[in-house]
Amino acid sequence: MKHFLTTSALALMLSLPAVAAQVPEGTKLADSQEYTWWLLDAIKSLDPAKNTDVEGSDVLRQLFEGLYNEDETGAMVPGVATEHSVSDDGLVYTFKLRDDAKWSNGDPVVAGDFVYAWQRVANPETASEYAWFIELMNIANSKEIVAGEAAPDTLGVKAIDDQTLEVTLHTPTPYFVKMLAHATTFPVPQKVIEAEGDNWTQPGKLVGNGAYTLAGHNLGVDLTVEKNDQYWDAENTVITKGKAVTVNDVNVGLTRYQAGELDRVDIPAGQYPRLEQEYPDQAISIPYACSYAYIYNVSDKGPEALKDVRVRKALSLAIDRDIIVEQVLQGGQRPAWTWTHWAIEGFQPPATPEADKDQAARLEEAKALLAEAGYGPDKPLNISIQYNTSEDHKKIAVAVQQFWKQLGVNVTLNNVEWKVHTDRLQNQDFEVARYAWCGDYNEASTFLDWFRTDGYNSGKWSNAEFDKLMADSKTAEDTTPLYQRAEEILADEKPAAFVYHYANVDMIKPDVKGIPMENVMGTWYLKDIYRTAE
Amino acid sequence: MFGYILRRLAVAIPTLLVLIVFSFLLMQMAPGGPFTQERALPPQVLANIEAKYGLDQPMLVQLWTYLRNVVFSFDFGPSFQYPDRTVNQVIAQGFPITLTYGLVSFAVAVLVGVSLGVTAAIRHNTWLDYLAVGVSIGAQVLPNFVMAPLLVIIFTLWLGWLPGGGWSFNDPSFWIMPVIALATSYMASIARITRASMLEVLGSNHIRTARAKGLPERKVILRHALKPAILPVISYLGPAFVSMITGSVVVDMYFSTGGIGKSFVDSALNRDYAVMMGVTILIGALTILFNLLVDILYAWIDPKIRY
Repeated sequence: MKHFLTTSALALMLSLPAVAAQVPEGTKLADSQEYTWWLLDAIKSLDPAKNTDVEGSDVLRQLFEGLYNEDETGAMVPGVATEHSVSDDGLVYTFKLRDDAKWSNGDPVVAGDFVYAWQRVANPETASEYAWFIELMNIANSKEIVAGEAAPDTLGVKAIDDQTLEVTLHTPTPYFVKMLAHATTFPVPQKVIEAEGDNWTQPGKLVGNGAYTLAGHNLGVDLTVEKNDQYWDAENTVITKGKAVTVNDVNVGLTRYQAGELDRVDIPAGQYPRLEQEYPDQAISIPYACSYAYIYNVSDKGPEALKDVRVRKALSLAIDRDIIVEQVLQGGQRPAWTWTHWAIEGFQPPATPEADKDQAARLEEAKALLAEAGYGPDKPLNISIQYNTSEDHKKIAVAVQQFWKQLGVNVTLNNVEWKVHTDRLQNQDFEVARYAWCGDYNEASTFLDWFRTDGYNSGKWSNAEFDKLMADSKTAEDTTPLYQRAEEILADEKPAAFVYHYANVDMIKPDVKGIPMENVMGTWYLKDIYRTAE
Repeated sequence: MFGYILRRLAVAIPTLLVLIVFSFLLMQMAPGGPFTQERALPPQVLANIEAKYGLDQPMLVQLWTYLRNVVFSFDFGPSFQYPDRTVNQVIAQGFPITLTYGLVSFAVAVLVGVSLGVTAAIRHNTWLDYLAVGVSIGAQVLPNFVMAPLLVIIFTLWLGWLPGGGWSFNDPSFWIMPVIALATSYMASIARITRASMLEVLGSNHIRTARAKGLPERKVILRHALKPAILPVISYLGPAFVSMITGSVVVDMYFSTGGIGKSFVDSALNRDYAVMMGVTILIGALTILFNLLVDILYAWIDPKIRY
């Protein structure tokens, strides 16, 4: 069967050679090649199957390597896999693995390591929070295994031989390959895990296949990695030592950056303009694949008013996104009129008439819509905004309260701690709630799937045409018109008011090179970085 | 005395049990659980995780299992927030850190606080008194969440003398700022209590007698005044000592020490029931222990006290 499927396989040679640091000819490298980056919090887990954080993934990408890596634009480049082919029906992927990939203990990395790792994530006994990612990849039997209805070894992933990995999907998934740089898909060392149990991620025990090995880990203080000589591309790896330092306060982080203790930090909200002027060679703003929105609860538990699309539109129009982006955040974020982040690869936003109007015209329209819906001075609209504790969310909520006041809407601000916020979101126990979504892979469906009837969709909005578009997009040759139509439906139906698209706003030391400036996923690899002599 | 200690210990155990049961129930009543997050987990994934941690059991069964593990095997269970670690490992990593900077802070606060208080009292209404009172009020009103970032700016950014955060057991330069930030307000309180109590004692009859007998002032102060004057300070020191060695979330946050104070607050916010319970029990047991020690010290210092 598989041979039949792969006969006319489409060989996908990847565009770029797999390179580590691309140091231009004639560059004088600094004598000391050490790099220190900032973490807001303790690294919760170094087990690829159990990690759930962005910060954890940043560390895991140095310690492990998946089938593919991302380059500075976010395109896939070879990692352990050098190439792959896909069957005509889009269901079977066959990966060729390089034969010189090794674990840090010298063992070869083989296809079986991926089989073990992926089965382990899906296995209910592992209790992986990211088991859903394997489901999202649409690997055959993944749902059944997670549900405990099938054995983990029935997962659609097979080692044909040590250098050939075959993955079978239950549904064609055009973005499947883009998911393969995600930490959840990294191989893990079966022998070590079986010998050490949950403790296998400690320094001295952890065996990885990445460009670096774990040298030390003080929970909530720092984590050190050192160059892995067993890595297949070690000779092109420049940075010899990396250190991730936890600083729990953004402002102290910036101070310590300025004191020279860190090479890269986040810029606290509102400080970018000043820092950019003061340090034009260090302050950067890179688009980052997350969108910020105010979700309307249109479920039965939600307020009656929000079931009226005119009200939802009016509230959205009245939000002055320019003020939020330029006065509150001030870090290169962009006003959002679509749910999909503007910088997502291949995404072409549909024409949204509201985006081209000026705020005065939008406000006029909003007032008219609200009056049409029957709300006015005699019958004012009362609505509550729920947001989780954070200075930025509060500032935005206060601003929105003022914007909506111009419509005669009375807004109650409802600040709750994070767990209460998420709990209420999941139980539709809110009216309007602040929300943000970060893409899992660089393709529009990672955003749009959220609004499917069976998506996360906290407001329980549902639209048959939208669902069909998203279902069709999985097998479509050209997804652009489908995604555009989906965004148009969102713009017409307004299940949420989209507020802004994120940017990563950072300070980076001027001698540090090789940090990707165009990767909207924010993915970076220590092996691509180098320091120049000043 | 010995009987008293035994009796107190006998009360301590049920107290701890009540503490465990109440914390456990309160924690479970808080909205959201350890695995509630922005992207809701598919029900099956959530069920698998809850089964692994025993969270699918009825609450009383969970409580019983927990108590049994704690009492019989000193096993506080796995952390939900740090799936690679057990609660014992989380505490073993963080507690020695807070214990170290807490002990140093305690020593500094007591030495400086008592000296300031005594000096102010014996030089009552002189410039020394005003200075000591001024310093202690200043220290008291400067909250540590203001002081901590200021210290980093001064000692790390401007002067470049000290590392801006982190922790090392071998390098005391990492300890200095956490100690200053933690000790200051305790020092101020100790100074004020010592001064007030000393002033009261200095006006009492036995001091007048001692002076009338012609004892040198140094002896009057050290031998006759300090001992009774220190009693109220000691009752303050018991709880203060416990809260110092179990860390401060502010100090842990601004200096990223990796101490237990931040783990405690994080565990509550993240609904990491296991770590929260572990730290609660640790703090509870220490509080009970040090209150007992204070009472014993009392009897030792003041022979008038009988049990």
